[in-house]
Amino acid sequence: MIKLGATASSLAITLFGLVVVTFFIGRVIPIDPVIAILGDHARPELVDRLRAELALDQPLTTQFWLYLGKLVQGDLGRSVMTSNPVLDDIRLYFPATVELGTTAMILSTLIGVPLGVISAVRRNSRIDQVARVVSLFGHSLPIPVLGLVSLLLFYAWLGWSPGTGRLGVAYVGLIPAVTGFLTVDALIAGDLEVFWDALAHLILPAAVLAYFSMAYISRMTRAFMIEALSGEYVITARAKGLSAARVIWRHAFGNIAVRLVTVLALTYAGLLEGAVVTEMIFSWPGIGQYLTVSLMNADMNAVIGATLVVGSVYMVMNMLADIVYRVLDPRV
Amino acid sequence: MIAHLVDRAWLLSDSPQSRAQAALGSAYRLWCDFRANGPAFLGLVVVVILLLAAAFAPLLATHDPLIQNLGQRLQPPSADHWLGTDELGRDVYSRLLFGARVTLGIVFAVVVLVAPIGLAIGCIAGYYRGATDAILMRVTDIFLAFPRLILALAFVAAIKPGIGSAVIAIALTTWPPYARLARAETLVLRDADYIAAVRMAGASHRRIILRHIMPLCLGSLVVRVTLDMSSIIIFTASLGFLGMGAQPPSPEWGAMIATARRFLLEQWWVPLIPGIAILVASLAFNLLGDGLRDVLDPKQD
Repeated sequence: MIKLGATASSLAITLFGLVVVTFFIGRVIPIDPVIAILGDHARPELVDRLRAELALDQPLTTQFWLYLGKLVQGDLGRSVMTSNPVLDDIRLYFPATVELGTTAMILSTLIGVPLGVISAVRRNSRIDQVARVVSLFGHSLPIPVLGLVSLLLFYAWLGWSPGTGRLGVAYVGLIPAVTGFLTVDALIAGDLEVFWDALAHLILPAAVLAYFSMAYISRMTRAFMIEALSGEYVITARAKGLSAARVIWRHAFGNIAVRLVTVLALTYAGLLEGAVVTEMIFSWPGIGQYLTVSLMNADMNAVIGATLVVGSVYMVMNMLADIVYRVLDPRV
Repeated sequence: MIAHLVDRAWLLSDSPQSRAQAALGSAYRLWCDFRANGPAFLGLVVVVILLLAAAFAPLLATHDPLIQNLGQRLQPPSADHWLGTDELGRDVYSRLLFGARVTLGIVFAVVVLVAPIGLAIGCIAGYYRGATDAILMRVTDIFLAFPRLILALAFVAAIKPGIGSAVIAIALTTWPPYARLARAETLVLRDADYIAAVRMAGASHRRIILRHIMPLCLGSLVVRVTLDMSSIIIFTASLGFLGMGAQPPSPEWGAMIATARRFLLEQWWVPLIPGIAILVASLAFNLLGDGLRDVLDPKQD
């Protein structure tokens, strides 16, 4: 219990750190935020008015408390680009990223965990070698390259993928948004045609994103399993004459499950980051694309807002991984 | 002395007659271990080729990497343009060579900036323990908890996209693991008997840290840095791809992919060739790093 309290307070400190850093990035580093908004040739009285409005004439600490006060109320400012409140924009874009990331997570777990177990059981076999190469490429391949190659192969040459975006033009706006996950919404609305189109659009970017986490998950699973398989309880179970499958899955795998859950939670947080580049390649209208387009237009409110949201989700996921580990594993 | 360098028996002698002989001998043993590791050796060869390509880019290039020739745009590879031309008719092979300078330059700058900072913070925190340790590690943890790419993107956007900002942004998000590593090593070293002996001989804290602790942390740091180089290369390319790294017309590989992206369906080699360059470079550093870890740091898997 005390450890959980420590974890929660360290999360609070880390989130406060995130707020401080974004404050610096948004308010202190840019030479003049007013000029950034109004341009070089604005009239002086306009500049002064905006400066007062943004509280830029106040001391830095006052500015920080004002910034924090607004944050607590959920006020992230307005996006210059969309002229909507940044929080509304994020609500609109975030579900697309979660849908992409979750699908990638499911794919990478379904492939990565069995691959890791098999390569641990049959060390240095052909399949272990393949898994090693797959994971080496997972560390060395930039997402843009895999994304472009997969588009070229599955969209341009084979015609299996319907291409970029989230939905074919013909299907846009047919179903009401309930959860914001198009596949789920289509099922709720009972529109199978939209469901299949959304799924077809989702699979390729999710697979590209999944590749990188799959490489990591299979490596970690392999390392955990090798350690577990050399444990005395596994040797005992074998000596008792239990079947190989039972020993591997029930005794060895059962023992690494907790650590594996932690790895999966960490991976999920990492997927959020990978999504930024993946979304750019596949024109996926998620938070990553929102962030990148805002970056290119120097829309700092939107940039800071998106950074804060992605950053806090990432940190909370990391902490959850830690808590799950502590709760499930009494030794820690 | 020089003649000894080719004398295996002298190098592998079990009873070296001098400090230099012992040092050279252990270096030679490491080298033998390393050479026996095929993939790692391949990695080293590719890294050396990359360094040479970057160093001698002006001599090896067949064209000026910045000169446009709109009559010759998007050409497939040919005798004149070995890897074809891009959307402005610039020679892709020559641009790749100069791009190696940009990429390796960024990697080098980041490492030079980050490794000493991480080493210093980690050693100081681990050596002094107590409040210093708590504060430094808290700050490290905060930075470690950030999503790296997102933080770097926001940071670059706030200053000004470009190579300089990219280096600072990558450095800002790369140092924490080095600090953690150096601290962990220092915690083991600080209680060692020989440190106690040095302390008893009257050495100052500064001298102990600089002369006796830091040098021993270097081995694992070098391994970690080499392994990280591929992730720095990918990071650089991602920033360039998102338009936040090197700016056109710079032949940075990620930026080359970004500008050539729209020709993927027709002239697919134009965006893919710089992509392959990134892949080869980061693979090479990964293989080299793995090999170095096996040789220098045998306690790990």
